[in-house]
Amino acid sequence: MGLEEKLPSGFLLSTVEQAAGWVRKSSVFPATFGLACCAIEMMTTGAGRYDLARFGMEVFRGSPRQADLMIVAGRVSQKMAPVLRQVYDQMPNPKWVISMGVCASSGGMFNNYAIVQGVDHIVPVDIYLPGCPPRPEMLMDAILKLHQKIQGSKLGVNQRQAAREAEEAALKALPTIEMKGLLR
Amino acid sequence: MSDGTKGTGGPQGGGNGGTNGTGGVNAADGTKGPNGVNPDKDLNAQNLPGQRGDHGEVIDTRRGMFGASGGGDTSGYGGLVRSVRMPGATSRPYGGWFDEVADELEGALDEQGLVPENVIEKTVVDRGELTFHIEREYLPTVAKTLRDDPALRFELCTGVSGVHFPGDKGRELHAVYHLRSITHNRLIRLEVSAPDADPHVPSIVAVYPTNDWHERETYDFFGLVFDGHPALTRIMMPDDWQGFPQRKDYPLGGIPVEYKGAQIPAPDQRRSYT
Amino acid sequence: MSTSHATPRETTEGTVYTVTGGDWDEIAAAAARTDDERIVVNMGPQHPSTHGVLRLILEIDGETVTEARCGIGYLHTGIEKNLEYRTWTQGTTFVTRMDYLTPFFNETAYCLAVEKLLGITDEVPDRASVIRVMLMELNRLSSHLVAIATGGMELGATTIMIYGFRDRELILDIYELITGLRMNHAYIRPGGLAQDLPPGAVDQVREFVKKMRKNLPEYDKLATGNPVFKGRMQDVGYLDLAGCLATGATGQVLRSAGLPHDLRKTQPYCGYEHYDFEVPTADTCDSYGRFLIRLEEMRQSLRIVEQCLDRLAPGPVMVADKKIAWPAQLALGPDGLGNSLDHIKKIMGTSMEALIHHFKLVTEGFRVPPGQAYAAVESAKGELGVHAVSDGGTRPYRVHFRDPSFTNLQAMAAMCEGGQVADVIVAVASIDPVMGGVDR
Repeated sequence: MGLEEKLPSGFLLSTVEQAAGWVRKSSVFPATFGLACCAIEMMTTGAGRYDLARFGMEVFRGSPRQADLMIVAGRVSQKMAPVLRQVYDQMPNPKWVISMGVCASSGGMFNNYAIVQGVDHIVPVDIYLPGCPPRPEMLMDAILKLHQKIQGSKLGVNQRQAAREAEEAALKALPTIEMKGLLR
Repeated sequence: MSDGTKGTGGPQGGGNGGTNGTGGVNAADGTKGPNGVNPDKDLNAQNLPGQRGDHGEVIDTRRGMFGASGGGDTSGYGGLVRSVRMPGATSRPYGGWFDEVADELEGALDEQGLVPENVIEKTVVDRGELTFHIEREYLPTVAKTLRDDPALRFELCTGVSGVHFPGDKGRELHAVYHLRSITHNRLIRLEVSAPDADPHVPSIVAVYPTNDWHERETYDFFGLVFDGHPALTRIMMPDDWQGFPQRKDYPLGGIPVEYKGAQIPAPDQRRSYT
Repeated sequence: MSTSHATPRETTEGTVYTVTGGDWDEIAAAAARTDDERIVVNMGPQHPSTHGVLRLILEIDGETVTEARCGIGYLHTGIEKNLEYRTWTQGTTFVTRMDYLTPFFNETAYCLAVEKLLGITDEVPDRASVIRVMLMELNRLSSHLVAIATGGMELGATTIMIYGFRDRELILDIYELITGLRMNHAYIRPGGLAQDLPPGAVDQVREFVKKMRKNLPEYDKLATGNPVFKGRMQDVGYLDLAGCLATGATGQVLRSAGLPHDLRKTQPYCGYEHYDFEVPTADTCDSYGRFLIRLEEMRQSLRIVEQCLDRLAPGPVMVADKKIAWPAQLALGPDGLGNSLDHIKKIMGTSMEALIHHFKLVTEGFRVPPGQAYAAVESAKGELGVHAVSDGGTRPYRVHFRDPSFTNLQAMAAMCEGGQVADVIVAVASIDPVMGGVDR
């Protein structure tokens, strides 16, 4: 709508944030972005036994312009990368991305010339979901975690503040290779 | 191990055992070895394990034990030289229906005024499969003959598979076709080769339209140019891709993977066995 | 005409408008004003009806498709190249991900090729072959169920999709019990299987066969006689026998043209000659015929699965040759995987030679004598061929998959040209291409 972006920081904004978050998380429209094996599990999640409709998101939209969640389900090839980015750009804000499966998250076992080593090279990712392919339960878990994230998302000045803080934290973060200790 | 029948047996013989173990003691006095095999006479017997000989066709030589060169090979096997030998030409009889197909093909080529020896480089029978190595300029003729001759009738081509042998000088690129005859329930293999410097093979799309995409795929991955193909363009890789990714001289293209406190190189950069 | 959605561009063939999104009516109106404009519709690679990341380039005249071309490669994964950097055994982990709806066919075809190269085809234990056949037939069922489910969904029949996925879940439960995974199993290994059937597997499969026998008629009720379904499918995607052989189409496409060509009958492998089943055909050459063949093949697969259960005799599931049999001694640990503790105790505690052997076999793998082999199986979609080349090393020199989806998809143009735009979807769905198999 745009109006909420202009509210001053304070009680009013945080109330609107909560309301908007609740509304947004309760009816997420995923875009069908099935690529490989994970796409089959994504379809399974939408089908009878796992029934994604319980979380208000059984309607997979064919058109990215009607969707606000992109579940990148499968390996992203170098040839697919520009297409993926275009579909992402066509989605209206606010939008979220779940990177489903190891191939989308990091290239997985296909560490080679053909596969983009992680879809986060192309689009910003909100939830990384491991597994090859992840079980439908795992996808639902990721979706519920995304719901939490959407519920807690900020608006207006608070959002800009949160973005600044996130960037500062990312700049300060230790690269993986310099970390010590157990693989956790 | 019974006492001292083989050179490698005793603890004292360890130093020179490996080299003269197979020949040696038994052959000199003519007695049979432990398996009831006289190594001197039965060297080519079927019951011996595969011998390193000069059989087959050398396509490459390997040095050392480990795949990655330039890495620290501390195994002591750096001086090891091995030759890679593919199964060589077979002489008649090939056995089973193989002779029938070979006879029919040669006869049909004769009828067209071709000398079969010029067309068919060699015939290999290996692992129960019949392979005709064809001179590349005759490939469409041979394919058409195999498809149309009533006694051959190989109606179905299952596509082409490229193989790159950088060590096989002058015939680096191989195109392998498998033809299936539904009528006679047979399967044969055609193999043609082309040098890296002149990677041209005639297209057989006119004979087997199914090879349209298969030839495009092989072109895409190996750079084999199929002359006469209606639209030889890339099919798998993006149109502006540089290089032919499944050739042996094209790197795998992986990136090192970072973990906490460690980094694992891409699979083709690691030290590994070949 | 120029809007923000359609930018004109001058080319040698006249003005070309590139449209992305926006108002289709404007384009149609502009096309009506000048009668000589070609409209090229790009469908995909991201489209809900194209059966995966398939790109269709359709040149249309009104509602009629005058030219149809496929754009593929959007899922090219370089698996064939990746295989060259792994041992022969590790190869199964890769090939199972090619056509992700038919993992057991990929694994079996690959293993048959490796076994042929090793010369141990006859030494694979009977029990392993029977389990392979059983899993392949279950896989045929699950693949056909997805084909019917997604095919129905693409036609707009979402109910049949729910039915298909419901029954597929039953099969996936069996996979999970036997292999530990719902998809991408890497269960069939060169020389046999990764491990034996777990307790309770046979009972569950029997239970499933019973349940599936009950569920299969529902597809008949839902679709086979349905006038809308028939109207959409009959005489659509026509390809006769000559067309099939020219385009190399195998599987249901070939059998819908009346030729009962099935490698399970003509070139039996894994002991298929001992099973009693029929090869269904149709003479309609159309999508409806292919649908009926899929249904009948599912019934035949159930028959074969039952025969497998009867044929299962106790015995090893891996070749006796310890130089090939890998993993050395698998047993289910508390974490769900791993070596048997007895085996670890033996190799770590008492037998150094066994430890060396284990280490060599796991890190280095077995060597395969140089040469090449071609093994083919009748996958759920047609002839799945594997051309494997070895240079005598512990890793494949080259493995090429002749995937039926890839070859059958070539027939798309022959099936669609001259038909309606809506029929393109039906024709593609009747081929049932899986892009993981097409692009590999």
